[in-house]
Amino acid sequence: MAKVVVDVMPKPEILDPQGQAVAGALTRLGVAGVADVRQGKHFVLEVDDSVDDETLEQVAATLLANPVIEDWVVTRA
Amino acid sequence: MRIGVITFPGTLDDVDAARAVRYAGAEPVALWHADHDLKGVDAIVVPGGFSYGDYLRAGAIASIAPIMTEVVAAAGRGTPVLGICNGFQILCEAGLLPGALVRNAGLHFVCRDQLLRVESTATAWTGGLRVGQELLVPLKSGEGRFVADAATVAQLEAENRVVFTYAGGNPNGALADIAGIASADGRVVGLMPHPEHAIDPLTGPSADGLGLFTSVLQAAVSAA
Repeated sequence: MAKVVVDVMPKPEILDPQGQAVAGALTRLGVAGVADVRQGKHFVLEVDDSVDDETLEQVAATLLANPVIEDWVVTRA
Repeated sequence: MRIGVITFPGTLDDVDAARAVRYAGAEPVALWHADHDLKGVDAIVVPGGFSYGDYLRAGAIASIAPIMTEVVAAAGRGTPVLGICNGFQILCEAGLLPGALVRNAGLHFVCRDQLLRVESTATAWTGGLRVGQELLVPLKSGEGRFVADAATVAQLEAENRVVFTYAGGNPNGALADIAGIASADGRVVGLMPHPEHAIDPLTGPSADGLGLFTSVLQAAVSAA
């Protein structure tokens, strides 16, 4: 079994209201200097050796991320 | 008696909460999330909805809103505070109540009329109810599963701070069927179901929820 991490983030040009809400909260907490917050998702998959990189890329592109609005990175840990 | 009802961006149930306060015989006072002004109210309701879009975690961002600084301070002075649904989540995130509310077991948003069993009348909001009494009130939440570590649950039970449990089936997988809890001094109460939606049989499944709002009036009268 191997551990695979998939990080999914909204594309830079996509408005991220979740991140903006968190950034606004930080300002109100009195934390200065945080210019922007983007909120994404972090998936940890346990996969056996039969799962190849191509399959992982397909899993990320078709289910874990929406390629229209999100970028993703697949990392074998 | 004047009871404040807070409105955050994304709050939905402030109007019904104010209506419940009025039905109970008190004066509802609108409070705004961005203010530091409690307007001298005698008690506070933190109503349901989806404050700040429930981003980050349900209730997390609202818990640090300016008005909540005042609510935490007022609770420290013994002012009764009732958190309903998103309000319960906010009170937990603000540290006024222990534990957390997480996604329902089964991941379904649950919307139904729910039986609640009254477990404690030793709070500012349940003094007029009876232990063992069952209330029929609406439940509508996707993140209503109460969780806490085992020591916290044991402490809540030992100190008679489990105020409501679910009867007729646990709708969300909450630990020990817990639907509502109280602070150590019994002044702060949070629950997931919505008593403010059940104050008149014309518009709700019962009038059972009104008892929470009349209880806080009785508590104020007996304290005076």
